[in-house]
Amino acid sequence: MHSSRRDFLKLTGIALIGAAVPDALLPAGLAPAWAGAPGFRPDVRALKAARWGMVIDLAKCRPDCTDCIAACHAAHNVPAFGNPKDEIAWIRRETFGRIFPAQVHRHLEPRRQAGPVIALCNHCANPPCVRVCPTGATFRRPDGIVMMDYHRCIGCRFCIAACPYGARGMNYRDPRPFIRRIDPGFPTRTRGVVEKCNFCVERLAVGKPPACVAACPYGALTFGDLEAPDSAVRRAIAGRTVLRRKPELGTEPQVYYTL
Amino acid sequence: MLEKALHGNHRYWGWLAFLAVVVGAGAFFYLRQLDYGLGITGMSRDVTWGLYIAQFTFLVGIAASAVMVVLPYYLHDYKAFGRITILGEFLAVAAVVMCVTFIVIDLGRPERAFNVLLHPAPRSILFWDMVVLTGYLVLNLVIGWTVLENERNGKAPPAWVKPLILLSIPWAISIHTVTAFIYAGLPGRDFWLTAIMAPRFLASAFASGPALLVLLCLVLRRWGGFDAGREPLQALARIIAYALAASLFFVLMELFTAFYSGIPGHTEPFRYLYAGLDGHTRLVPWMWTSAVLAVLALVLLIVPALRRNEAWLALACLAVFASLWIEKGLGLVVTGFIPSPLGQITEYTPTGPEVAITLGVWALGFVILTALYRIALGVRKETEA
Ligand code: SF4
Ligand code: SF4
Repeated sequence: MHSSRRDFLKLTGIALIGAAVPDALLPAGLAPAWAGAPGFRPDVRALKAARWGMVIDLAKCRPDCTDCIAACHAAHNVPAFGNPKDEIAWIRRETFGRIFPAQVHRHLEPRRQAGPVIALCNHCANPPCVRVCPTGATFRRPDGIVMMDYHRCIGCRFCIAACPYGARGMNYRDPRPFIRRIDPGFPTRTRGVVEKCNFCVERLAVGKPPACVAACPYGALTFGDLEAPDSAVRRAIAGRTVLRRKPELGTEPQVYYTL
Repeated sequence: MLEKALHGNHRYWGWLAFLAVVVGAGAFFYLRQLDYGLGITGMSRDVTWGLYIAQFTFLVGIAASAVMVVLPYYLHDYKAFGRITILGEFLAVAAVVMCVTFIVIDLGRPERAFNVLLHPAPRSILFWDMVVLTGYLVLNLVIGWTVLENERNGKAPPAWVKPLILLSIPWAISIHTVTAFIYAGLPGRDFWLTAIMAPRFLASAFASGPALLVLLCLVLRRWGGFDAGREPLQALARIIAYALAASLFFVLMELFTAFYSGIPGHTEPFRYLYAGLDGHTRLVPWMWTSAVLAVLALVLLIVPALRRNEAWLALACLAVFASLWIEKGLGLVVTGFIPSPLGQITEYTPTGPEVAITLGVWALGFVILTALYRIALGVRKETEA
């Protein structure tokens, strides 16, 4: 049987069982499968926002730590191909100079320029990836999360060309053999589709913060509603010098970096 | 009329057999690609479009260039093109079929290609490209076929084709404009982010397409038993000269804007193409070959004595075709990804299977072209006899 079909049957099978058990007992990863469907009742614990956003405190992020990446990639079955040609990453650790090239100058201390900056999809408020997608496989939810439907994506990679942040990855080959331990709570992808960070919609739907935010031991990541004046993210940027990646492109990134 | 494609001498069948072998080899490697994924190609995390999409872009130009014979013939009643209009239209048909094939083989999940129709997204330029390409294919097929069929029966084409012919003229411009918009509307890809992209595409198309048509006419005269005559080839040569000059001019405009403004995002891709960037020089010899060929061709086409000599003309057309193929079918697409959004330089080299698949699609196009030309020339022979 074709593997994506097998997965589908597996999912529907669990969904049928799910219909008979209380929501609270459902595996976290399944919640989005019903979102928006007729008769769908959201989990009472689901976190809601007018616009989700993230603040990354560069002063707290440590150069020797990759806990957020490990947590994210384990939770979402992100393959580790082990070579740069095929590489897919939902979060990556880069240097300050690469993420903020406009801030680099000759007299910037090398330590600063090489300092760690983690990068993920910015869930742009004006996302070019959504604009160019010919099938609607990439779309934006009312709460601002830019999401993907891996069963609709045709793998044209127009979205990768359109994203100015390198936030998207293509499955150039079957990713499953390269997933260290498959987490049944989240679907794996097939070869030929694009994928990227989803701000952990599957965790938000059951009242949990994103996996990276929960995993960071130094509290460098803050997540919340950018439209709510007293939210954690708004407090995290209040009075601080804030950077966003390539704001001049008009994509309106919703991931903020504080120095 | 289709039966005409089934009659031919041993040279005709030998040529088709050769093409069939190339198509077969491409199909074999495509099956491998379906099995393994697009990782079988040289495309990577940073360079996500390669030879396939570049061929598509180049061939949209070849398809659009049919307008360069249709327009003078139908709008200006330029009789000399009467004998080759059908060749231009059928070239467009073969080119569009190749374009669509290249798009489909470039998809990660080709079996879902119809999602573009099932979930139409009018915000996406790719959606519009599909619309205009399909429309253009149908237009040229219907026009070419109808005109030919009536010619065979010794009748004037029916009145309803005339509006279709007129429609096909702006439509040809539209296919290459929309294709340019695929590139020219992306934030953060500075190499492509230029308003001159569509004019540049059209100029290079109106040089490379007619150049191919001249070469095809010369081949047909030599081996196909069809003489297009001197006059149409000379007229095409003048068109190529103007278009090539415009194309070179546009490239110089790009270079001025990039280097006088000095904005790194705009200079870096051009430096990568013509000088190499941080020691990455893979495309440099290609781009200089392209530049030298273009200038050489322009000289050959401008000097009247050389242009009128058909041996020199053939050489000039070869040079134009090769030069613009390098520029568009190699440099333009890949360089949009260099440097990457994170400032990294990943070079691209197509793999063996990728090249085999690409050649297979070209061969498929030539099978279609050969059969269509066979039909058209068979009808000509019949009516002239
Ligand atoms: S960062 Fe890239 S992938 Fe994410 S929303 Fe913005 S454009 Fe789309
Ligand atoms: S690769 Fe998939 S998500 Fe990206 S533009 Fe194409 S169909 Fe949309």
